Formats: sequence, structure tokens, C-alpha cells
Amino acid sequence: MTSLVHTPTARKKSLFDHLEIFLPKLVLAPTFIAGIIFVYGFILWTAVLSFTKSRLLPKYEFVGLYQYVKLFTNDRWWVASKNLLVFGFLFVVICIVLGLLLAILLDQRIRIEGAIRTIYLYPMALSFIVTGTAWKWILNPSLGLERLVRQLGFENFSFDWLVNADMSIYTVVIAGVWQSSGFVMALFLAGLRGIDDAIIKAAQVDGASLPRIYWRIIIPSMRPVFFSAVIILSHIAIKSFDLVMVLTRGGPGYSSDLPATFMYAFAFTRSRLAFGAASAMVMFGAVMAIIIPYLYSELRVKRNE
Amino acid sequence: MNPKLLRNILAICLAVGMLASSAIAGEVEVLHWWTSGGEAKSVAVLKDLLEKEGHTWKDMAVAGGAGANAMTVLKSRAVSGNPPTAAQVKGPQIQQWGDEGVLTNLDDVAMAANWDKLLPKVVADVMKYKGRYVAVPVNVHKINWMWANPEVFKKSGAKIPTTWAEFETAAKKIQAAGFIPVGWGGQNWQEATVWESIVLGIGGSDFYKKALIEADPEALGSATMVKCFDTLRMVLQYIDKDAPGRDWNLATSMVIQGKAGMQFMGDWAKGEFKAAGKKFGTDYIAMPVPETSNGYLFNVDSFIMFNVKDAGAKKAQKAMARLIMEPKFQEVFNINKGSIPCRLGMSRNPFDFPAIYSFDTFEATAASGALLPSMAHEMAVFPAIRGAMFDVVTNFCNSSMTSQKAAENLAAEVKNAI
Repeated sequence: MTSLVHTPTARKKSLFDHLEIFLPKLVLAPTFIAGIIFVYGFILWTAVLSFTKSRLLPKYEFVGLYQYVKLFTNDRWWVASKNLLVFGFLFVVICIVLGLLLAILLDQRIRIEGAIRTIYLYPMALSFIVTGTAWKWILNPSLGLERLVRQLGFENFSFDWLVNADMSIYTVVIAGVWQSSGFVMALFLAGLRGIDDAIIKAAQVDGASLPRIYWRIIIPSMRPVFFSAVIILSHIAIKSFDLVMVLTRGGPGYSSDLPATFMYAFAFTRSRLAFGAASAMVMFGAVMAIIIPYLYSELRVKRNE
Repeated sequence: MNPKLLRNILAICLAVGMLASSAIAGEVEVLHWWTSGGEAKSVAVLKDLLEKEGHTWKDMAVAGGAGANAMTVLKSRAVSGNPPTAAQVKGPQIQQWGDEGVLTNLDDVAMAANWDKLLPKVVADVMKYKGRYVAVPVNVHKINWMWANPEVFKKSGAKIPTTWAEFETAAKKIQAAGFIPVGWGGQNWQEATVWESIVLGIGGSDFYKKALIEADPEALGSATMVKCFDTLRMVLQYIDKDAPGRDWNLATSMVIQGKAGMQFMGDWAKGEFKAAGKKFGTDYIAMPVPETSNGYLFNVDSFIMFNVKDAGAKKAQKAMARLIMEPKFQEVFNINKGSIPCRLGMSRNPFDFPAIYSFDTFEATAASGALLPSMAHEMAVFPAIRGAMFDVVTNFCNSSMTSQKAAENLAAEVKNAI
């Protein structure tokens, strides 16, 4: 009986219910579709292009692995790949070590912590363009650090990494670390503040020393923070483009080229669209090779917990 | 009344007449990257001329990346089937756009004004796709210039060099006197600019043609090329160690300030000297790069014209092509830009001395066959090959690579890029 009689209120409610179910989907749909097209669709398109002979504009004349063969015989590509390994590894590791150290020191209930925290976090508010330009001046031997130290009386002081083809990639690391370690510090600081004091007190009662408490209890319990830091930093490292463009312009020569700048140069300024697409696909593969195992192991741990 | 004025009046009457008779005016949308002071002023000249004829000008200036950004915009517009009326594209890239089948045929305008007679053949060939004009040249820059500070030479007791051997003697003296012999900008295009001038000087124009225009691997790996790299290595001994990454205008200002003796750079460097209030002849002098006095490496900017459907736009496009080649625009534009007109036989009076010298060699080399397109400035080879050459040269400049190895790499990388 009741099932047959639809009171107006009940009907209204069911409409509202429907809306409530569909509204999130409706609201998310444009973003979802845009994501499918502009991220996954274009990855697919790039993959297709990398198997063609496209030069100035896309042309669907397939040539198999031709572009990949050329890519792996290109000297500049190997320089760029090696640079990414050096830069990515040093950038991520130094940022995390420095960030963690700063966070631990700041966590000692010191005075004017707020001000210090802001100072360290501030570089993050700058764009890489600004960072790159500032460091370009600081590291320039005839303008910056080297000149300053020489003027102070140390005539033999030399710091020419920026113009030294063997060392230029490390200047990118310096500028990148300067910019990002404060942010990593903030991440770790939030993590440290989230740890229950009771655990630390219990450890202190058991007679554990402070370094031991940090090493065995606090740092391991910040695993999720490490996870976010690594993901964020490694994606900054891989997509690094502006910093190199401003700081060294890939030079001297192409000694500080990264895959992203390599791809841009070949696809857009040298009319080798397919070749650039091939390099983009190799980059994509490399990112997947790093991220997927890491995500997998992290997410599996979470499930087990 | 001089004939030029008469011609201008005639042109205006003709334009007014055309306006009255057809009353079709259109819009040109022009994509370019002339956005800096003098350049923007130069473009405005064309805009005024077109507007005088009743057409409208839609400016589409895309700054940055030495045109790379503008090219990206142009590609996306062309792919979406909505190209502008005209775009600033030069050299072999005109052929690439021709291959895409999007360019219009300007032969009627060219025939009417007899462009074939007005332009040196090498320049006209660049503007043509399969024998038909698809682009209009705007200006000519000479690349193989050497700018020197006579004060530095005098203080060092050195002589302005005309050969590479003399260069070495002079550079040694300048260095001994405590100056930097060569103001050097360590960016790949600047390194390539010097290198191509060396190739022209040492190899001669036939070798230049084979190596840097035809990109013949045999010439690129030859003993002559090894010799060119040897010379480049010799020049590199006389630069300062902070050169990597330096902008060309900073290198020029080293010469202006008397820190460096000379710089190898195209004629746009003149603008820097002028802006600094320096006088030609006393404060700075300009000579051809050693051993290249008989050659002329040119860089010609041009506009390609796209197929447009609208009748008015078509008309405006043709008017634009015609106006660009007319003496009035060629003169005013090039005085502003610091280059010379690409049209032969123009009056030299309004130009200054380095430009007049450039005029003379332009016409002389056009006749002798030593008027050659510059590789470094996108006139000679496709961007892919140019990029490969840049990579080898910049790597050579910034490492201790031997000349032998550089020539080998050059041949291999170019072969790989084709």
C-alpha cells in the first residue's frame, strides 16, 4: 500500500537523493574528461607521434622505432640523461637530509621559530626563474662569489662551476636545493608535530637517548612524509626546465642539458617533432619505472597495516 | 623633382585609385617577433603604409625565444586550420611550410614589380617554393663582421688583422697588454656564427657551399674542416673564462668599454655602439672577419604569406607583399633596424658607413657568387641539421675535443639528423 502511494514529499526527497548521487559526478565530469584528454590522450598522441617521421608538423607516416634508434645514438641525449640522474639523485637526497635536519633543529622549542620558519620557507614562494637568475649572478665568477672572496683578499680562490662544463650540473643542484629544502623542512616539521608526545616520553622513561629516539622512533614514524617528499621532489627534478634554462641555458655547450630541455629544443626549435616525442616517451618510461615500484611498495604497506 | 618622389606620388595615386575603384579593403594579421624598441618602430612603418591604403593591420607579436615562441604559436594556428595572413619565417623553413601546402602564390605581385631583377638570385631562391614566390624579403644582415676597439689595439701596439695569422699576432699582443683579445659570448648560436665565418674564410665559398649549405658529410669530415676547427681552437685561446652563457650584447659592451679588443658578430652589433654614443672610425671600427673580405654571409628576414579565403584579406595580403618590396619601406625599415635593403640598386645616401660597405659587398658578391646564406642564422640548412651542427661546435668550444674528432662528429651528427 505504502509503496503505491507516492506522497509529494517522498518524491521530492528521491529527486534530491538522485541529485546528491549525481552531483559529485556531474561536478567532477569536466575535470575528469579534461584529464583523460589532455593528460592521457596527449600521452597517447605523443606515443603515436614518436613512431612517425613528423618534422615541422605532425605527419602520420610510420617508421617504427627509427626515432628511438636515433635517440640512443645521440650524444647529447646521453649527456642529458646522465645529468638527470646526477641532478635528480643529489637534489632529492640533499633536500630531504637538509630539510629533515632543519626540521629537527626547529622542533627544539626554540624562540622566534615562526620567523626562522618563514625565512627557510620563503624561497619556495619564488619562481624558479627568479632563483635561477639570482644564482646565475651569485655563481658567475666575474660578478658574484668568486669576485667577492677575491676582494676579501683570497686571491687564489676559485669557484667557476657555472662556466665549467664538468661541474655546471652541480650549480643546478645548488640552486634547486636552496629553493626546495625549506619546503621539505615544512613538511617534516608538520610530521614531527604530529607525533604523539606520549611515545617520546615513554621512550625517555625507558632511558633512550635523544638521538636514539629520533633515529629509531621519530624518523621511522614519518614514513608518509618521506613518501610525499620523494614524490614531490622527484617530479620537480624530472620536469625541471625553467631553472636550467635560466641558470645555465643547458651550457657551457650542452653540458647541463636535461631531458626536458633536450625535448623542447628538438621538438620545438629544431623541427624534429617525432624525435622530441621519442625522447618524451623515454622520459615517461623512466618516470614510470621509478614511481610505479615506489607507489606499489608504499601502498601495499598501507594495506597491510 | 627627383624620380623617387615622383614614384612615391605615383604609387600613392595608384593606391588611391585602386581604393576608389575596388573599395575592397581587408585585414592582414601579421605574426612576428619584432618587439624590441627599434624593431617595433620598423614594423610600425609597414603598418602605416598599409593603413594608408585603407587596409587594417592586426598585430600578432609573440616575443621571446628568438622566434621559438612565435613558431609554436604559428604551428598550432596552422594545425587548427586558422593561419595568420603573414608570418615572419625565414630560410629553409619557408620550404617546410611550402611542403605543408598552406602558402599562397605571390607570383603576380612579383612579376608586376619584377622581383627577379630586384633581388640577387640566391635571395630570390630562398623566397620561392618550387619556382613560385611564397615569401617577401624584408632586410639583409651581414654576419661576417669583426668589431674592434682601436684604442685597445693602439695601447697594445697591435694591428687590425685581415688574416688569421695576423689575428694570432695581434691577439698575443693584446693579451700581453692585459686586455681580453676577443669579447666572446659562449652561446651556441654565437659560437656557430664565428665558426661559419672561419669556414668561409679558410675553406672559401665553394667549400662553404658544400659543407654548410649542402651539408655534404664528406666536406664536413674533410681535412679542410679540421683546419677550420684548428683555427677556432686558436681563437678560443684568446677569450676569457667567464664567456660561457654570455649574451652577445654583453660581449659587445666589453669591446665598447675597452676591456676586449674585438668581437665577431653580425651588423646588429652596430646598434650597441651607437646606443653607447660611440663614433664609427674613432671609437669603434668594423671590418670583415679575417680572410672573408670577398665573401658575404647573409641573414634575410622575410614574411611568408598563407592561403587566405576572404577576398578582402587576399587583397590586403598582396598589398602588403608589394609594399614590403617598395623602396620607401625598404629604406625606412632598414635604417631603423640597422640592416640594409635586400633590393638591389637603392640609394645609399641615408645609410651610415658600415651599412654602405655592406651595400657594396652585397652587390659585388651577388655578382661574384660569394653571396652565401648564413648557417647559424637559419638561412642555409633545415633546423634539424643546423641543430646538429650547433651541438658539435658548442661541444668543441666547451671541451678539449680535438679538431679531428670534431670534424668526424660533425659528419656523423649531421648524417644522423637528416
